[in-house]
Amino acid sequence: MNAVREFLRTFLLLELVKGMALTGRHLFARKITIQYPDEKTPQSPRFRGLLALRRYPNGEERCIACKLCEAVCPALAITIESEPRDDGTRRTTRFEIDLTKCIFCGFCEESCPVDSIVETRVFEYHGERRGDLVYTKQMLLAIGDRYEPQIAKDRATDAAYR
Amino acid sequence: MEVVEHMFGPAWPLVWTVAKIVVIVLPLMGAVAYLTLAERKVIAYMQVRIGPNRVGFRGLLQPIADALKLMTKEIIVPTGSSRFLFVMAPVLSIMPALAAWAVIPFTPELVLANVDAGLLYVMAITSMGVYGVIIAGWASNSKYAFLGCLRSAAQIVSYEIAMGFALVGVLMMSHSLNLVEIVHRQEGGLGLFSWNWLPLFPMFLVYLISGVAETNRAPFDVAEGESEIVAGFHVEYSGMAFAIFFLAEYANMILVSTLTSVMFLGGWLSPLPFIPDGAPWLFAKVALVLFLFLWFRATFPRYRYDQIMRLGWKVFIPVTLVWLVVIGGWMQTPFWPWK
Repeated sequence: MNAVREFLRTFLLLELVKGMALTGRHLFARKITIQYPDEKTPQSPRFRGLLALRRYPNGEERCIACKLCEAVCPALAITIESEPRDDGTRRTTRFEIDLTKCIFCGFCEESCPVDSIVETRVFEYHGERRGDLVYTKQMLLAIGDRYEPQIAKDRATDAAYR
Repeated sequence: MEVVEHMFGPAWPLVWTVAKIVVIVLPLMGAVAYLTLAERKVIAYMQVRIGPNRVGFRGLLQPIADALKLMTKEIIVPTGSSRFLFVMAPVLSIMPALAAWAVIPFTPELVLANVDAGLLYVMAITSMGVYGVIIAGWASNSKYAFLGCLRSAAQIVSYEIAMGFALVGVLMMSHSLNLVEIVHRQEGGLGLFSWNWLPLFPMFLVYLISGVAETNRAPFDVAEGESEIVAGFHVEYSGMAFAIFFLAEYANMILVSTLTSVMFLGGWLSPLPFIPDGAPWLFAKVALVLFLFLWFRATFPRYRYDQIMRLGWKVFIPVTLVWLVVIGGWMQTPFWPWK
């Protein structure tokens, strides 16, 4: 009896009609497309986008060349070289992030003892030649300077959960 | 008219025929272009997306942009291919899709060639379409293309039979192979209930589904099968050569929809007896069937190959055969409501 019922269901195309009813209903459903350059999805304060190096309010760079981020980076995207500066503090002489290697995991940010390396909300950037996406210390600091208000705000919002 | 006719002299019949062909083919090409847009839009809407809406108002210029893109692309002829056949294949696939339109009646008067064996002509011509696919697959000298063309050949052979039997039902209803006559026979006091789809309902479904299979459309698009054999028979085609295959597929869709409308849905007849008949009714019916095509594609996943064969041979052919006997017997009884 069950087999007969199964056969009839298939033979009378009831299953197919059911499927078509479903897609037919969706034809009139509200569309969920977000038209990207005009509209954007909301971002979390924890958004992991382009990397940046921050400075203290007095303009001193935060990074102390401890190389924890370099050590933790699973993609080996960070290269750091350091030397003592004239005032005796240790600073980086070279701080490069290869964004073609970076997987935006955020481990560097987690590991940083001085909140120097951070991930910003920026995700719209590109390179046009080989090597364009290897960001140097100067570029990273510039990004940090440019987005500092947003970065600081996001850290403050998230501080309660850390 | 007389003046123009005089101007061309003895060349007039030729000029007149060419003019009629242009009048049919140009709107058809426009319809094909906008069918691609309609397909993208309908499928997008069913997938809760918006679909193309950047080129022109609400994406209305998208088909033109696509055409321009395809025309400016390079046509690559693979080194190992059989060059002549490779170039001929797209032509062979679009030719039948256009040629069959010669006998389609838009209104009782508006037919390019009102021939008595119209149905036979349509059957013959539409079966030719598969040669384009087979030759394309063979000439490409590529495994994927070859697999695609084999699949397509086997599939079309299977479904052609069921399709033919479904049309035998139409023949029994109308006692004629002439498409104009077939539509006239569906005239009756009952409006849409005197059309062939009601007495021949199983055959209507078989014809419609076989039509989907004949045009290699989803869920029967194993000849393309992009998830298994890349793009099937047209993997090696690019630019305008690919576009011709594309045109042929969509022209075939419109053709099958039109044939379904003419043979089962009463062609130019209006669905209610008191509304005047006319070509717009035919176009509305064609649009409806085309929408079904798109709806199928948005709904059903691709059939497995053995399932396609099973459906064709073990379901459709028996169903049509049984219904032929049923309808034949029924017509002899006094309980036959359609005259």
